[in-house]
Amino acid sequence: MSQMPATLFDKVWDSHVVRKIEDGPDVFFIDRHFIHEVTSPVAFLGLESRKLGVMFPEKTFATADHNTPTINQHLPVKDALSANQLKALETNSAKYGISHWGLGNPKNGIVHVVGPENGITLPGMTIVCGDSHTSTHGAFGAIAFGIGTSEVEMVLSSQCIMQPKPKKMRVQVNGKLGKGVTPKDVTLYVISKLTAAGATGYFVEYAGEVFENMSMEGRMTVCNMSIEMGARGGIIAPDETTFAYIKGREKAPKGEAWDKALAYWKTLKTDAGAKYDMEHVYDAADIEPMITYGTNPGMGMGISQHIPQAKETGGSASSYGKSLDYMGFHEEDAMLGKKVDYVFIGSCTNGRIEDFRAFASIVKGRKKAEHITAWIVPGSHIVEAQIKEEGILDILTEAGFELRQPGCSACLAMNDDKVPAGKYAVSTSNRNFEGRQGPGSRTMLASPLVAAAAAVTGVVTDPRLLMAD
Amino acid sequence: MAYDKFTILTSSAVPMPIENVDTDQIIPARFLKATERTGFGDNLFRDWRYNTDGTPKQDFVLNNSIYSGKILVAGRNFGSGSSREHAAWAIYDYGFRCVVSSFFADIFKNNSLNIGILPVQVSAEFLDKIFTAIEADPNAQVEINLPSQKITILATGESESFDINTYKKLNMTNGYDDIDYLQAMKGEIETFAAKSMY
Ligand code: SF4
Repeated sequence: MSQMPATLFDKVWDSHVVRKIEDGPDVFFIDRHFIHEVTSPVAFLGLESRKLGVMFPEKTFATADHNTPTINQHLPVKDALSANQLKALETNSAKYGISHWGLGNPKNGIVHVVGPENGITLPGMTIVCGDSHTSTHGAFGAIAFGIGTSEVEMVLSSQCIMQPKPKKMRVQVNGKLGKGVTPKDVTLYVISKLTAAGATGYFVEYAGEVFENMSMEGRMTVCNMSIEMGARGGIIAPDETTFAYIKGREKAPKGEAWDKALAYWKTLKTDAGAKYDMEHVYDAADIEPMITYGTNPGMGMGISQHIPQAKETGGSASSYGKSLDYMGFHEEDAMLGKKVDYVFIGSCTNGRIEDFRAFASIVKGRKKAEHITAWIVPGSHIVEAQIKEEGILDILTEAGFELRQPGCSACLAMNDDKVPAGKYAVSTSNRNFEGRQGPGSRTMLASPLVAAAAAVTGVVTDPRLLMAD
Repeated sequence: MAYDKFTILTSSAVPMPIENVDTDQIIPARFLKATERTGFGDNLFRDWRYNTDGTPKQDFVLNNSIYSGKILVAGRNFGSGSSREHAAWAIYDYGFRCVVSSFFADIFKNNSLNIGILPVQVSAEFLDKIFTAIEADPNAQVEINLPSQKITILATGESESFDINTYKKLNMTNGYDDIDYLQAMKGEIETFAAKSMY
């Protein structure tokens, strides 16, 4: 008897349900759990007050990233509260036998960068972390999503969380991407179409030619941003690109275990005829380099366009007006030529080696615009080493840029990397919320190419004009 | 962490008719540095609520003494953005027990239920009715009845039912949480884990 055709998401989800509760959530088993210093301390306190242990310490990995400085990491952390959180992570990890890559460890970096690059993230896994951009790991055909601190406590104490199964959406982008159009532009485009809440309640599978041809780095960028349209997460079927990326990484399976895993991973595809609750199909030819003009990631547009009028957006006119006021922009403004003060390249969205290669491709042979402050922050020490090995650092230095040390940095501005009030930043990170990059900061989200174009010209610039044919 | 049981809540409400209120507004990242779960209420909506010199912004609703109560009524897509449970802690710590909106972001909704805040999703029309009622009388009482899954504007008698799954409802009305549930099925989880390939 043939089974009902299933989606990739169904296959991974259903194989992790320990118990189904009628008119309630599923008891959902977690294969990998990442923790960091900000959202875990209270979970450990909870364990203590209930006198519970950690059920499978070997399935949890700790890294320090959110709070950490991006210069002088060898010195003690100056901010007492940050230092305290870092210490708590170290102490808690040691106490419960959890592997901990703290500041100064050669494998330290942003949690969603170090998981994949060390082979911890694998296809078919369920992965959670107290950070919404855990969706990044979906690029490997894993179900990965962010959780709250109460759930961190659940995973530590029972390796499970209670989750209602989300609905399924498929987003297809077909055709070939044009010059200067990167994975970040694809995701900003999709979010601008669906809005910041358009995928709430759904888990999104990305399919079609554009994603099939995308590198793992690019797929991670896309899955990372899924949460910005409200989705629980994004997932892409693993293929030869995925397997080649994983092979040989430190914690990836080896020898016989590899063959066995590979055979399983090859089954992780959506069956023909499987049903989604919603489908969207886009054409790659309609996408140009993107930039955001407002205070949520859905407020994005092609870089050569004009800011839409409130009535074209369908949302509340007063919320829209509030958002443009905050940015100091007006309906119908062109974005090209707007002054930029800060440029940030980094974060778990665009802090991988390909992103720095892209940035360097524009910067090469040019100079940093004088008034620009640039924060160039690799996602991990491994990325930092690649930047040096590949000669990218030389290109950056030549152009007047400095490379900082890995961490979340200006993505959420918990450390000293804060954009001052009223200043404009073009950032490759994922959120342009009010004050996200520092109180009063104004963020325009874009790709590494757009960030590079702004860094060398000092204004919002179409990167295609600076690219060779 | 255990929280107070939730059955019927009758209270005036604080109106915040803004859409897409994200968790960075509810509690900005720079206030996430604590290692304990206390004191977040002071920084709830910090940058909307206070000027940079720490003085209250008079035009912000939490600084307007005519509004008070245990219910926060907000525009659609409340709680989008980060997974920080601190956002829910800040709301709870400030004294709210219920947030009403026409749409909630997923993680925020989960986090709230886990710590004892009831997210009540109503239709856009009903949300407008609540705003109108509060505009007419800042002290307008709203009743949230969890056992019968009903929200009522007492002054006008208008009401609407809301959804919550049976499991979560049972937890909220009893003040239990998921950790209690999971601890009770440890054996079943062991067996499951033994078969897992990772
Ligand atoms: S880089 Fe930004 S989004 Fe990514 S984990 Fe760090 S704070 Fe979260």
